[in-house]
Amino acid sequence: MADTLSLFERRFALLLSILLAAMGMTMVAAARHGVMAVHGFITIALGVGLVLALGRVYYSAPPVAERAGRFYDAPTRLGIAMTLIWAIIGMGAGVWVSALLYWPDATPAVPWTSFGRLRPVHTTGIIFGFGGNALIATSFHVLQRTSRARLAGSVSPWFVLIGYNLFCVWAVTGYLMGSTQSKEYAEAEWYADLWLVVVWVTYFVLYMRTLARREEPHIYVANWYYLAFILVVAMLHIVNNLALPLRLNAAESLPVWSGVQDAMVQWWYGHNAVAFFLTAGFLGMLYYFLPVRSGRPIWSYRLSIVSFWGITFFYIWVGSHHLHYTALPYWVQTLGMTFSVMLLVPSWASAGNAIATLNGAWNKVRDDATLRFMFVAAVFYGLSTFEGSFLAIRPVNSLSHYTDWTVGHVHSGTLGWVAMIVFGAIYTLVPQLSGRETMASSRAVEWHFWLAVAGTLIYVVAMWNAGITQGLMWRAYNENGALSYSFVQSVEKMAPYYLLRTIGGALFLAGAVICVLNCRATVLLAKGEAADRPLVRQPAE
Amino acid sequence: MLRLHYNLEKVSMGLVVAIIVAASIGGIVEIAPLFTIDETVELPDDLRPHTPLELAGRHIYMREGCYACHSQMVRSLADELDRYGPYSLPSESAYDHPMLWGSKRTGPDLARVGGKYSDDWHARHLIDPRSVVPASIMPSYPWLRRPLDTELLRERLETLAKLGVPYDEAMIGASQADALAQSRPDGEGADAVRARYGEKVVIRDFDGDPSRLTELDALIAYLQSLGTLTDAPYTILKASSADIPDGDGHE
Ligand code: HEC
Repeated sequence: MADTLSLFERRFALLLSILLAAMGMTMVAAARHGVMAVHGFITIALGVGLVLALGRVYYSAPPVAERAGRFYDAPTRLGIAMTLIWAIIGMGAGVWVSALLYWPDATPAVPWTSFGRLRPVHTTGIIFGFGGNALIATSFHVLQRTSRARLAGSVSPWFVLIGYNLFCVWAVTGYLMGSTQSKEYAEAEWYADLWLVVVWVTYFVLYMRTLARREEPHIYVANWYYLAFILVVAMLHIVNNLALPLRLNAAESLPVWSGVQDAMVQWWYGHNAVAFFLTAGFLGMLYYFLPVRSGRPIWSYRLSIVSFWGITFFYIWVGSHHLHYTALPYWVQTLGMTFSVMLLVPSWASAGNAIATLNGAWNKVRDDATLRFMFVAAVFYGLSTFEGSFLAIRPVNSLSHYTDWTVGHVHSGTLGWVAMIVFGAIYTLVPQLSGRETMASSRAVEWHFWLAVAGTLIYVVAMWNAGITQGLMWRAYNENGALSYSFVQSVEKMAPYYLLRTIGGALFLAGAVICVLNCRATVLLAKGEAADRPLVRQPAE
Repeated sequence: MLRLHYNLEKVSMGLVVAIIVAASIGGIVEIAPLFTIDETVELPDDLRPHTPLELAGRHIYMREGCYACHSQMVRSLADELDRYGPYSLPSESAYDHPMLWGSKRTGPDLARVGGKYSDDWHARHLIDPRSVVPASIMPSYPWLRRPLDTELLRERLETLAKLGVPYDEAMIGASQADALAQSRPDGEGADAVRARYGEKVVIRDFDGDPSRLTELDALIAYLQSLGTLTDAPYTILKASSADIPDGDGHE
């Protein structure tokens, strides 16, 4: 990493690493014990590790002068590695917590292995760890290629990636120790949230500065999506996480929002985390890698404009569909439902645009498992957005809400859409960045593909059955006008579905493990770097 | 339109501004009016905030992720009224920073669980759920027998007071003493807790071990308080039960 930096940049990076270690020491000194102190120690270790890594190459030859004539791919490589590490952590935690719903006593009687503490490890590990790293890594790649310019910073990409992963580690280790804001998908405590804001601002500035260097007059559609992801996630994160710390030296805070306002802010955040984290960013990925891999331009430029603005505008309204029949005012629920249904139009426009792009390349879809990952991603995107609009309709929601149907819906999106497009992108990028034509093993990609599809289908079908069964049992009345089933009876009925779900998840995880091994093998067989080059303006004579 | 967009694509700041505008409108329209709710929806007179011991229990509830499996929000649907009790009112969670409405019912809703079971049942259920409900898939929490850490209790009340929850100086000052007193029905502080938080506060030795104040004490005190902070849901439901089908199962 450090060998890509000039001497001046190495000094700057060294300074930042020392500051990081100093921040860790401050945290330890202030907190003395508890979660914050542990996080301080982790930070010191990271800072010292970075200082050592920089020191090792400090006196090595500075990078060749014409590095401006190359794309900056080293950060992308780290980002992909982190994506894969978090994939195993996040999916592993997921399979484990799902197994606990079938074998509740399988876990030892120690607090940090308890279901409630591991569940956010799974969600944060996947959304932020796996998804976030994939987005940052691919955004660096896509931004440079579509702008035909090198990243506008040498140290800041590392700051973004390493800082972001520090946030993820703080978050996840915090939950294990029992520190949580308990806001779903925003459980990390206040100082982690503040730190993420710093990282995010750096990311945004880097993005804009690189765009400013572009040699293409137009900003390609993938970048609109990545920009929407960066901007709106910042907005959501800040508003939802506004909190007062109990003490400046403890990892505990109380959100400024309460009751019904808190619920609305939470699900405005929660659903738009789906929209702008798990959808917009990954659509950016789709709009770049699908055309690249299939060798076909995006089917309709017009449609991509309509769907981009439709998604950006409509999504923000729909969060309140998480609160049907609750104490939230009725008109807000109705707005949420209405916009959720309208959202189907831009969503299907995107999915349709992606699938139509493959017209004329179906033979490639058949032969190339990587392209097939992207195709399946687009199909699942279409299916889950349809399901989402359907579940947001009030009477449907009365049955599905609080049940495993929602869980199934989320996973048809995350496994079927998000993870599939990430794997498609990874299988395109890893060979390219290793100067190779193909992955080390194409058969392994094929295996991964079928494991992922089978795992997703088993998972989703099991959860449909589970959710609909729960919903029907909870509302069933007998002929005497009394409820037919106790709650526990519905719990008993879940056992086979929960077992199936665990099997589906395990298959999906097995595919991911194959992916990690294959990527490692490919990197070990690397034949150099990516061959493409940015456009560099020649100085006038 | 297309022409306009064609030009917009060339200006990165233009895209940024357009994205921010497009993505702000929905949130502003839906969220901003909710902040006038405090004026439009009146808080019931008998609504009390949580006692310090209950707050400590609430914190354990969050720490252990109980909210991942339990909702605290009875929807206005007939079967939910029959199963759980009156539907939840916005005022009931007005003092809750954060709210714990939840999103998933792997276990039943807990909004009305206060008073449904004995303390002893809860203690046994939390330590080993399958000893009382054989088919349960709820995790066991044997470590809840450890002593309750009250270090940040005062700050918790203080911070909530800053956010508008009606804790006065006396309540904040006595937070640690009140936490202990709520688990000692025969102790000296019991009357003071009642004086500060109302007659209906449950004062018992929740975990059956009078010698120590444990996390179990706090968590059970919290569970027993759920749905009992105000009578409003019951009175409102009675007054309107004519409109609601099957609205008779809320005892
Ligand atoms: C893995 C999901 C899960 C988690 C986490 C969980 N529970 Fe449960 N809970 C259940 C299930 C399932 C039941 C129904 C079976 C039973 O009564 O044990 C239940 C039942 C209950 C009941 C009885 C409710 C009634 O009306 O009968 C209470 C009280 C309860 N849980 C409290 C808690 C508390 C407190 C925590 C956190 C310390 C917690 N639960 C964590 C799944 C969970």
